[in-house]
Amino acid sequence: MHRIAIVGGGTGGTVLANRLASELQSEIEADEVEVRLITADPDHVYKPTFLYVPFGKKTVDDARRPIEDLIDRRVTLTIGEVVDVDTDGKKLTFGDSSVLAYDQLVLATGATLEPEAVPGLAEGGHHFYGPDGAERLRDDLADFTEGHLVLSVVGVPHMCPAAPVEFTLMVDDWLRERGRREDVEITYTYPINRAHGLESIADWATDLFEERDVNLETFFNVEEIDPDAEVIETVEGSEMEYDLLVAIPPHAGSDLVTDAGLGEDGWVDVDKHTLEATNAEDVYAIGDAADVPTSKAGSVAHYEAGVVADRIASRARGTVPTATYDGKTVCFLEAGMDEATFIEFSYGEEPFVREPSKPLHWAKLGYNESYWLTARGLL
Amino acid sequence: MTDTTEPDVTIDSRDATCPGPLMDLIGKVKTLDPGTVVELQTTERNSTTDVPEWLEEAGHDLVEIEERDDHWNIYIEVN
Repeated sequence: MHRIAIVGGGTGGTVLANRLASELQSEIEADEVEVRLITADPDHVYKPTFLYVPFGKKTVDDARRPIEDLIDRRVTLTIGEVVDVDTDGKKLTFGDSSVLAYDQLVLATGATLEPEAVPGLAEGGHHFYGPDGAERLRDDLADFTEGHLVLSVVGVPHMCPAAPVEFTLMVDDWLRERGRREDVEITYTYPINRAHGLESIADWATDLFEERDVNLETFFNVEEIDPDAEVIETVEGSEMEYDLLVAIPPHAGSDLVTDAGLGEDGWVDVDKHTLEATNAEDVYAIGDAADVPTSKAGSVAHYEAGVVADRIASRARGTVPTATYDGKTVCFLEAGMDEATFIEFSYGEEPFVREPSKPLHWAKLGYNESYWLTARGLL
Repeated sequence: MTDTTEPDVTIDSRDATCPGPLMDLIGKVKTLDPGTVVELQTTERNSTTDVPEWLEEAGHDLVEIEERDDHWNIYIEVN
């Protein structure tokens, strides 16, 4: 029996498990191969849904479905927490001390939010990167009629690099629709000397911010927040007052990765084309957990899962794997409440940003609905 | 920087794409005492302009940018 273990039930782990179930169908049915998906959360969460929660367009329940409804019946599902990865002994240890041996392992352990890494941020800041944060922001935004709204990108890298720009353009539009925009000053801050890591996105966003009267502050690295005085202090020595702070918190990888010696800061060091771990044999990483020079985005996890499925299936059959990942990333970006644009790029490429349009906004909403087919491996 | 001067801290950001090296530097500098000399290793050409710009903004000193065969070493003194 060839044992394939996948740790993590997010986009990467779920798409991969379903792809493998399809590619290795006959081997699984002949009991020659086992595909096991291990996740601590019995629900699968589609995080891009949270962007719409503050505006009342989605609920946090819309983001969740039981993972057993999404995975192929040929996949063995284990709900449990892995607490140790032994890449020499090729085994996983669970919280209840039980042990599972593997022949090939994929880590799809994602990224977690770490607002407590910045003093005052958890108390003073809102975010839309998780269910509780998105609901709290929805409630406070509904009551926010005047003052200074600051969108601050505190942590880089973070999930969905486009989301801070999207939120800023959406909240501008949302406030205009409600006749409140004239009483709200909006400021967007970013840590480096432009509005986004990718230059073409930065140029696009800068033009739109100017058109829509959004202030842009660059080289703005948050050091601490004073939640009582409602002031942000930066590493660069400046201060900014706010009335409503929406922050992208620092992100962290998994302790499991660091403890296993697979990479610092919880991101797995991998070959960017094969996605094989640098420090261990027969270990792969996909999604946010993989330290590759592209975005921490769902599309990256999706494409990486396809590549790793091909490579693992080849190894399980005893053939030489040839599939490689070229950094392909695709992303819809909301440019307001009813228009969006679309970009795609690979390693080393700069995306072309199309003129925002209503059809692209509806395409984004359509994709979000059809995501559940993507997770099943059907799209 | 002379050959006999050693940095106190080295940050290896080779192969990280923009803005990775700058963010690695900013993250580290926050934790260092004044007077600390940092060596940032980067393969990203933009770092040779972005890093000096940030140093000016944040009030730290650029000591030297050294071009190697396959990367740059940027030396910084924390203020």
